Amino acid sequence: MGGQHYLARKIAYAFVTLIFVLTFNFFLFRVLPGDPVGILARSERLTAADVAQLRSQYGLDQPIPRQYVTYFENTVQGRLGVSLRSGEQVSSLIAGRVWPTILLVGLGTILSTIVGVTVGIRGAWTRGSRFDRNTLYGALVFYAMPEGWLGMLLLILFAGTLHWFPAGGYASADSVGFHRILDIANHLILPCLTLTLGYIGSYSIIMRSSLLEVMNEDFVLTARAKGASDGVVRRHHAVPNAILPTATLIFLSFGYVLGGAIVIETVFSWPGIGLLTYDAIRQLDYPVIQAVFLLSSATVILATLLTDIMYGYLDPRVRAS
Amino acid sequence: MSQIDVPRTPRAITRARRRRAFALHWGTYRKSRPGMIGLVVLVFFTLLAIVGPVIVGANALDPSSASGPLLHGPSFAYPLGTDNFGRSVLALVIAGSRISLLVGFAATLGAMVIGALVGITAGYFGGTKIDTMLNALTNWFLVLPWLVLAIALASILGRTLFNIIVVIAITSWASTARLVRAQALTVKERPYVERARALGAGHGHMIAHHILPNVFPVLFANAVLTVALSILSETTLSILGLGDPTAVSWGRIIEQSFNAGALTSGWWWWLIPPGVAIVCVTLAFTMCGYALDEVLNPKLRAR
Repeated sequence: MGGQHYLARKIAYAFVTLIFVLTFNFFLFRVLPGDPVGILARSERLTAADVAQLRSQYGLDQPIPRQYVTYFENTVQGRLGVSLRSGEQVSSLIAGRVWPTILLVGLGTILSTIVGVTVGIRGAWTRGSRFDRNTLYGALVFYAMPEGWLGMLLLILFAGTLHWFPAGGYASADSVGFHRILDIANHLILPCLTLTLGYIGSYSIIMRSSLLEVMNEDFVLTARAKGASDGVVRRHHAVPNAILPTATLIFLSFGYVLGGAIVIETVFSWPGIGLLTYDAIRQLDYPVIQAVFLLSSATVILATLLTDIMYGYLDPRVRAS
Repeated sequence: MSQIDVPRTPRAITRARRRRAFALHWGTYRKSRPGMIGLVVLVFFTLLAIVGPVIVGANALDPSSASGPLLHGPSFAYPLGTDNFGRSVLALVIAGSRISLLVGFAATLGAMVIGALVGITAGYFGGTKIDTMLNALTNWFLVLPWLVLAIALASILGRTLFNIIVVIAITSWASTARLVRAQALTVKERPYVERARALGAGHGHMIAHHILPNVFPVLFANAVLTVALSILSETTLSILGLGDPTAVSWGRIIEQSFNAGALTSGWWWWLIPPGVAIVCVTLAFTMCGYALDEVLNPKLRAR
């Protein structure tokens, strides 16, 4: 029963990691430099009475172990605290921002996967050709670009100068029905393009090197010796064996959905979790930052677990070890 | 009556061996065109960072004493135009090279020290409880979304240059530790290490004289690649408003132009130069890193 054992071990590992994140998150914001209210008091010049009132409101006057238990119970029940600025529940603040982020990052990941994998396969198959050299250098240049700056370049060109696309936001306020969908799509194009360009490089490089490795394997030579055509060797023998590392990387990167788009959402005022985080940074709204950190870590842990399970399913050798 | 210069002391033998190895590696490195281009670009920007304060006085960076026209496009007097305080963008970019490279190098140094310490200890004590614990810690840091962790840390610690360096070092040592651990695990099994152990060498001697020198090539190539990532991290944190407000880095110039509305007003000369500088430097570090990896770790090329 190697399979079940493998699954149980992976789930237990993910669970332990999650508890570790919870604990880390608790101490990070409470113990390290003083509690959130303390930091706020330093930067905002609150009176002593305000500080005491905020402290008891957030339960920060309790002993640390007691606070930890309360924090743990609250988090497990989905109560992530109250925003220091707007007074709203952090969980409802985040819930209202989830879909724009999933739309942006989901679409960006799908597009960059398709283009990146295609470019990587063609580059490896025609190794050393002009296409291979140019795409490799292109991938390195995009890899060396700060994502936010790339977004700003596209924005200043296509929105600021050519006026082809809106300069930011999610949709115009007055649009309804089918027009609203078109409107959102129009706002989505530039941030999505930035994200896609930012990820294509690493996907195509991974796919290329993974395929190059497989191309030296004996079974590829055997397939050629059998007289299989170039296309058949590529599609049926080489690529299926090379796709696994790339699939893992792409699957893992879904885990960075929440955290990955912070800069791009900021540049394009795209009202997702990233923009929420940016606003929280500017206003020192610690409960929000804390919740985003917790949620994005949990997403990554979940994605890692799913990747492990998928890997074990696709490659029986992993299960056995 | 020796015909050739035979070194007498062990130290001199080691020195001669190192010199030969360096000459050999340099000969291989020189044949890599991307590596040489990267090196030239890096030397240029490092010199720029060092002599920067001589070219650009403090006056040119002080918003209150800048004398140029406000938000003017490139002209003969101001080749890259001016910002909203009338400061020359060229002067800002030259000054920015100093901070950006400083953050890149210092954060990398921190990440390498933590990564080497954790990786060597874990690898040297491979299979024991220490290894299991350190490995769990490394994997945990690898899994954490680094940007969100960096944001959380930076917003708590406050916006100073030192804190930015610390934050980047803390969020980027884990991949180094994993690489070093893997190398230390293989080095530990080599016969001469076993011989040293049989001769009664202690842990300290073993690590300092046998493990570290053999891990160093991996560490060095990794460090060069990490500098590129650190500079990009500094840019990202600065764009998000977590940079040191008193320091002029390339990331901070981008942030300032963004917040001043350069995008909608079309002040491209303010936005583009700092980004181009970042791309040049990170690209150069990446090319040097890959070239070094091929020279120093030929067996790892298949990775």
